[in-house]
Amino acid sequence: MNIQRSSEPTGTDDPATGGTGASVRFENVQKSYDGETLVIKDLNLDIARGEFLTMLGPSGSGKTTSLMMLAGFEPATHGEIYLNDQPINAVPPHKRGIGMVFQNYALFPHMTVAENLAFPLSVRNMPKAEIAAKVARALEMVELPDFGSRRPAQLSGGQQQRVAVARALVFEPDLILMDEPLGALDKQLREQMQYEIKHIHDNLGVTVVYVTHDQAEALTMADRICVFDQGVVQQLSTPDELYEKPANSFVAQFIGENNRLSGHITDIQGGECRVDLDGGGSVTALAVNVAGTGERATLSIRPERVVLVGPTDDNLANRLTGRVEELIYLGDHIRVRMTVAGNRGFVVKLRNDGERPSVKVGDTVAIGWQAADCRALDPIDA
Amino acid sequence: MPTATDTVAAGDLGPLTTGDGTPLKTALARATRRARLKALFLVAPLLLFVIVTFAVPIGQMLYLSIYNPVFSDNMPRLSSWLRAHDVTEVPGEDAFKALVLDLTEARANRTHAQVGTRINYERSGATSLFKSTARKIKKIKGPPYKDQLLALNEEWGELHLWTVMSRAAAPHTAAFYAQALDLSYDAEGDIVRAPENRRIYGHLFLRTLLLSALVAGLCLILGYPAAHLLASLPLKYSNLLMVLVLLPFWTSLLVRTTSWITLLQSQGVLNDMLVSVGILSDDGRLELMYNQWGTVIAMTHIMLPFMILPLYSVMKTVPKDFVRAARSLGAGPVTAFLRVYLPQTVPGIGAGVLLVFIISVGYYITPALVGGSSGQLISNQIAFHMLQSLNWGLAAALGALLLGGVILLYWLYDRLVGVDNMKLG
Ligand SMILES: Nc1ncnc2c1ncn2[C@@H]1O[C@H](COP(=O)(O)OP(=O)(O)OP(=O)(O)O)[C@@H](O)[C@H]1O
Ligand SMILES: [Mg+2]
Repeated sequence: MNIQRSSEPTGTDDPATGGTGASVRFENVQKSYDGETLVIKDLNLDIARGEFLTMLGPSGSGKTTSLMMLAGFEPATHGEIYLNDQPINAVPPHKRGIGMVFQNYALFPHMTVAENLAFPLSVRNMPKAEIAAKVARALEMVELPDFGSRRPAQLSGGQQQRVAVARALVFEPDLILMDEPLGALDKQLREQMQYEIKHIHDNLGVTVVYVTHDQAEALTMADRICVFDQGVVQQLSTPDELYEKPANSFVAQFIGENNRLSGHITDIQGGECRVDLDGGGSVTALAVNVAGTGERATLSIRPERVVLVGPTDDNLANRLTGRVEELIYLGDHIRVRMTVAGNRGFVVKLRNDGERPSVKVGDTVAIGWQAADCRALDPIDA
Repeated sequence: MPTATDTVAAGDLGPLTTGDGTPLKTALARATRRARLKALFLVAPLLLFVIVTFAVPIGQMLYLSIYNPVFSDNMPRLSSWLRAHDVTEVPGEDAFKALVLDLTEARANRTHAQVGTRINYERSGATSLFKSTARKIKKIKGPPYKDQLLALNEEWGELHLWTVMSRAAAPHTAAFYAQALDLSYDAEGDIVRAPENRRIYGHLFLRTLLLSALVAGLCLILGYPAAHLLASLPLKYSNLLMVLVLLPFWTSLLVRTTSWITLLQSQGVLNDMLVSVGILSDDGRLELMYNQWGTVIAMTHIMLPFMILPLYSVMKTVPKDFVRAARSLGAGPVTAFLRVYLPQTVPGIGAGVLLVFIISVGYYITPALVGGSSGQLISNQIAFHMLQSLNWGLAAALGALLLGGVILLYWLYDRLVGVDNMKLG
């Protein structure tokens, strides 16, 4: 894997760097709907031109709200949003020139597909011939050249989706917002559309801000992923970094499968720390997000980085024993659920490569992992 | 797919059949018949109720507009004579004999006044003619009837009277419709337009349609923003607002109308206020009651919920995203409203306007109370003929024309907008 962009693990890019070609910039943005709770606590975010940025987070974390503020449908309670280095808090939505794809597509039901596509052009008073040409080209782009005279209701979900994307692109904005645009599609179609949207993005070079709460979608599509929780950006990184180097326990738990072990720190040295586990035993981990010696921490280990060790292997920094609780056969690999240091949900993935050691439910086996694969993060009560 | 090809193959061979060879259509009809019968059974009480209390009385009422047997029943001899002869001049002794015999009998049965009234519909003065003649009919003891009757009252020698009676002799008549359309028969029995001073109904129909359209228009203008507010507010506020919208339904119509009178009459609250502020002079008080404005204002108020409710129910289903999408695509607020929001509320507008218009066209109490003479609608005339003049035939004819007009408008609406497009709730 190659990492194209590196970023601060906390995701709060320095806002003071001035106009550096960022397409969108949120600066200390806060948002409250009711005057009592902050839905967006302090959003600082730079989105580069041409970037595909995905906002990922659990329901209610403020993704849509951020998008709505960017599109101009919700005012920011505090802070400033910049579009191409211009502050846009006072610019009404129709003058922002941002294309938007809504979750339920919002195709105008009383217009044909062609009229829907012509809408953004006709409100810009473009000549009729030019509109017709652009509409035809847009339909071509989403592979629906013969569907111009249909009504949205006469299209399948996937076709409506494409029309919605085409409509958001037809007036050639350089920023497109998509709020869970594939949420209503079935899995297969969703994967196909993911590919097509990505393809369009690569071809046109527009900036895309894409909201989803499907992490697989985020990982496959995005240049960078912005993980939200409770109105705070938890981490802003490339997909691989997000998966392999989560900055805190929330991200570690939210992205991919994760094993958690709680304990307290006994020693910190040179980026590594020693943690005594609550369930017994002691391990060495990368000190990523820890408070200091004596404080509590949560360890994060990906299931595929844990190995079963024979008595002779001793090049692993960390060794523990676990009791096998459950085996799930998944073809290419086997999921082993075991109890490790008091955690009954500890998962190990065994590759099904013919050399796997045979384990049975009830066995007590030795497991281990490298210190580099184990990250000590902020404590959460498991 | 196997099923698809099967179907196509079977389709090529002829009509589809089920396993035992019954045609599929027959089998389907048989299978659904039971369900339909059951459904019919469940709605039967309502159906019966509607037929007994609505369809039948209305049908009978409408029949009265073309059927009036008062004359033919109570004046049998004269009626059969008149039916057998063409009346082109005042008839001779035969007819007068029949008239005298019938009148004698009618007096004995005390029906002569009804008969007179029936003739009076088309010839004023006939009631008193029949009454006075019947009172003295015993003086006529034998022929010559014609001369004696003419001696009693010369009016019996007028051709117009005879043509009117000749038309009344047939129990089925178009006379009421003619009258409702401001037409009348001249002395020769031809249909002509009624004299200028007796043309009331055409004017009244026109006024009814115009005022109803005005009320519907005002309701739309006032109700549209209210419905939109209602549909876009959070639930806790919109519920309260909805209660306010529905409040008029909970207060008596009379109370509301009376309060409008208190408010708007020339010595009323509004005028007093305007005078005391100095906007109006004391003798320049606005006349807002007992004229057309009174009718329009009070009816607009009464009809408003009928506009807001269908609009609201449509607006509720228009997702916010549509307008947002329009805005994000570059449409200003006005364009987004006109090109995206408004078209989607057309079903509600259609339903509301049609509802308000149709109710207004038949409205009666409010114009009667606050309309003065210039704010009377056709239904007030219908009520007058039902209750005061007791000319039910004319009332029925007016009612039938009103119904026909409304159906025509509904048909037009269906052709132009499409009734499927309408959403009432
Ligand atoms: N119009 C609104 N009025 C009041 N509160 C709102 C409004 N819209 C959103 N919220 C609140 O703001 C918070 C964030 O909502 P938002 O819609 O941004 O979440 P989200 O991340 O898009 O979630 P989801 O994945 O479910 O779409 C939620 O707690 C929600 O209840
Ligand atoms: Mg959302």
